[in-house]
Amino acid sequence: MKKNLTHLQQLEAESIHIIREVVAEFENPVMLYSIGKDSAVMLHLARKAFYPAPPPFPLLHVDTTWKFRDMIDFRGRMAKESGMELLVHVNEEGVKKGVSPFTHGSALYTDVMKTEGLKQALDKYKFDAAFGGARRDEEKSRAKERIFSFRSANHRWDPKNQRPELWSLYNTRIKPGESIRVFPLSNWTELDIWQYIHLEEIPIVPLYYAAVRPVVERDGMLIMVDDDRLELKPGEKIEHKSVRFRTLGCYPLTGAVESEADTLPEIIQEMLLTRTSERQGRLIDHDQAGSMEKKKQEGYF
Amino acid sequence: MAHQSELIEKDILAYLKSQEEKSLLRFITCGSVDDGKSTLIGRLLWDSKMVFEDQLAALEADSKKVGTQGGAIDYALLLDGLQAEREQGITIDVAYRFFSTDRRKFIVADTPGHEQYTRNMVTGASTAKVAVILVDARKGLLTQTRRHSFLVSLVGIRHIVLAINKMDLIGYDEEKFRAIEDDYRAFAAPLGFESITALPISALNGDNIIEKSAETPWYQGPTLMHFLETVQVEDDRDEHHFRLPVQWVNRPNLDFRGFCGTIASGTIRPGDDVRVASSGQTSRVARIVTFNGDLEEAVAGQAVTLTLEDEIDISRGDMLTRLDAPPLYTRHPEAHVVWMHDEPLQPGQLYLVKTATGVTPGRVTAVQYAVDVNTLEQKQVATLGLNEIGLARLELDRPVSFDPYGTNRDTGSFILIDRFTNATVAAGMVLDGPDEAQKAHLSQEDSPWAPRRIVLDAVAATNLNVVDLTEEKGLFLLDLARSIEEYLEKGNRILFRLRDLAQLESVAQLAYDKNLAFEFDRNGDGASVLLFKRGTAPAKGYGDDGTGI
Repeated sequence: MKKNLTHLQQLEAESIHIIREVVAEFENPVMLYSIGKDSAVMLHLARKAFYPAPPPFPLLHVDTTWKFRDMIDFRGRMAKESGMELLVHVNEEGVKKGVSPFTHGSALYTDVMKTEGLKQALDKYKFDAAFGGARRDEEKSRAKERIFSFRSANHRWDPKNQRPELWSLYNTRIKPGESIRVFPLSNWTELDIWQYIHLEEIPIVPLYYAAVRPVVERDGMLIMVDDDRLELKPGEKIEHKSVRFRTLGCYPLTGAVESEADTLPEIIQEMLLTRTSERQGRLIDHDQAGSMEKKKQEGYF
Repeated sequence: MAHQSELIEKDILAYLKSQEEKSLLRFITCGSVDDGKSTLIGRLLWDSKMVFEDQLAALEADSKKVGTQGGAIDYALLLDGLQAEREQGITIDVAYRFFSTDRRKFIVADTPGHEQYTRNMVTGASTAKVAVILVDARKGLLTQTRRHSFLVSLVGIRHIVLAINKMDLIGYDEEKFRAIEDDYRAFAAPLGFESITALPISALNGDNIIEKSAETPWYQGPTLMHFLETVQVEDDRDEHHFRLPVQWVNRPNLDFRGFCGTIASGTIRPGDDVRVASSGQTSRVARIVTFNGDLEEAVAGQAVTLTLEDEIDISRGDMLTRLDAPPLYTRHPEAHVVWMHDEPLQPGQLYLVKTATGVTPGRVTAVQYAVDVNTLEQKQVATLGLNEIGLARLELDRPVSFDPYGTNRDTGSFILIDRFTNATVAAGMVLDGPDEAQKAHLSQEDSPWAPRRIVLDAVAATNLNVVDLTEEKGLFLLDLARSIEEYLEKGNRILFRLRDLAQLESVAQLAYDKNLAFEFDRNGDGASVLLFKRGTAPAKGYGDDGTGI
């Protein structure tokens, strides 16, 4: 009699193997913790990998100062529960210059507060390995990224020159100043993540669940009014709607969706039935009903 | 068909429950763009409903704009802008795609057909259990079909799907289909696959991909999706051959000492006796500790933490096994090596050898032969270049636990890492262990006066690569048995490890007597001399500059 592992058990084992390998081979690893659902799963897997000890590395959150308040509360709670040190890094230069999503546009703001902030933090603490929660199914360019992804001393990724990755034998060798980004969730899909959260009862930020929240409609997105820094433009008004978030980031840049799904199974149900990939933060600009009808005519669903 | 939309809508909890028992299958697709590989994968993604609304909108737009199907959906475009990336100069090597049905989740390793095929295909196949080999029905078997089949067999894939594509273009002709299938079975017989399933398909029209095609009433076998959903790939690994490479010792306090790792084969229960492969020490499993509570049993593939009843010395790099059937424990594994780097293999040079149990310095002492991946013929070579495959002897700085790769892919594989650039330069698959008795040995004709005469006479020339002189004291003369001379004449090399420089003279004298060239090497471990016959055929593509490398 042989017991076969389910797909989630296999994904879990692979991720735990990856996380342990990093701790065994690197001097100073860190887990990038973005507070979202993928981070929640990654943190859970790290706790499983080292149980009964807490994971032997800190969590690092690069705080843009524009995160939802619920996220910040949740961040503190999970650090406490896991027994891990929480490092919070803010790009103070960006703050001094007053960089905000409203005044500088999302691209520059993201670059300064997130990307530069992350590099500052990695340099400051001299981390040689950093776990990230990215998945290969998120984006086409990620499909060929390695699980152990090499970064030069300037934090650059060279897609032309990636190390071949065979079996579960990961090349962890680096020179001083270089580092490796490690993606333990590479082979998980969005559906795997939700199923696993459901199965393992992993806590996630309440914003994922539908609730009546104050929102304004801006550029076709529903933006939640999370604090008084959101200035209303002429014609905008705050409405109270039952909304939830598919993905969590900085509140002025993250669109909510109208939803009544306030339990995990309902969220998964909604995801499976609407089938709009999660990275798409904006409302769909094509005629949804029309294309659905066309697809049905063609016999796809 | 793939997702039970109704069940999702009516009873999401029942649906989620049904999804919990899904298994996972990793497979690789082999073939070039011309064979319709991208169309096939795109079709599988599409029909399993893994395409989302926004991707669909983009796909429809792209199909009209740049598609090759006259405005109809071009499934190949789903696989990202391979073309666009190529134009940007980004090397495409291995990409991974995901889709799932109600029975299984699939991970597809997608490798390009042409460039760097050996390196990429071996990489993609290393974790795959099934290979889908695409053949254009109009062309039949090509050289690349043979090459792909050899590579996937080398990497241990046992189940082959021979997807004979573009059946629509040959009028769904059964005879032509059967002829290709017969050809393939004849060709593949020596490769020892467990199953070969030939399918008449059209990736473009969807024939026999998900649904049985009305165009092939003569075909009674499964559709591609049905085959992928049901093929049994669980390893036939013996349950008793328990293997746990110790990855990490978890020691949060004095009262807890857990040995963490992923079980490579077999099962384990509390109370089972275990043995440390390196020291031979034994103990008994006390607990299988997990975050969700202690387990009664753990099986291959699970990442576990074991505690033992006795305090014995175990660290990363050790392997825990049952008392019987120990793994190989050797410094001299023999292995198939796939060279993956522009810089060719340097026999005798130190590399880092990463195995399931950790990193050990080691060197390749000799390449016995290389295999031509197109003809499967063996040829004599001095070294291996990019994308070349050979049989090599290694010498590790300390013994490491292995299983033959054919028995266990996890404990039978290794990668070689360049010590200076940290590049992954090769992949290796261990053969059966070397018989210690077959090693080159030194027979001494004792005589009362110095110097002694040592005759090098290997029992089996194929296993002769290293002569260790570090234990030899005093002066001696070296001589070669005729079999060894012949061995060198074939282009093989022998590495002599020296205790001190005084021994160099004996080796130099031997080289003089036998008309041989040698190369001296001094490194942190001591000195060595690589002896070889000059003028024997060098490896293809590398001029022999007389240094022998």
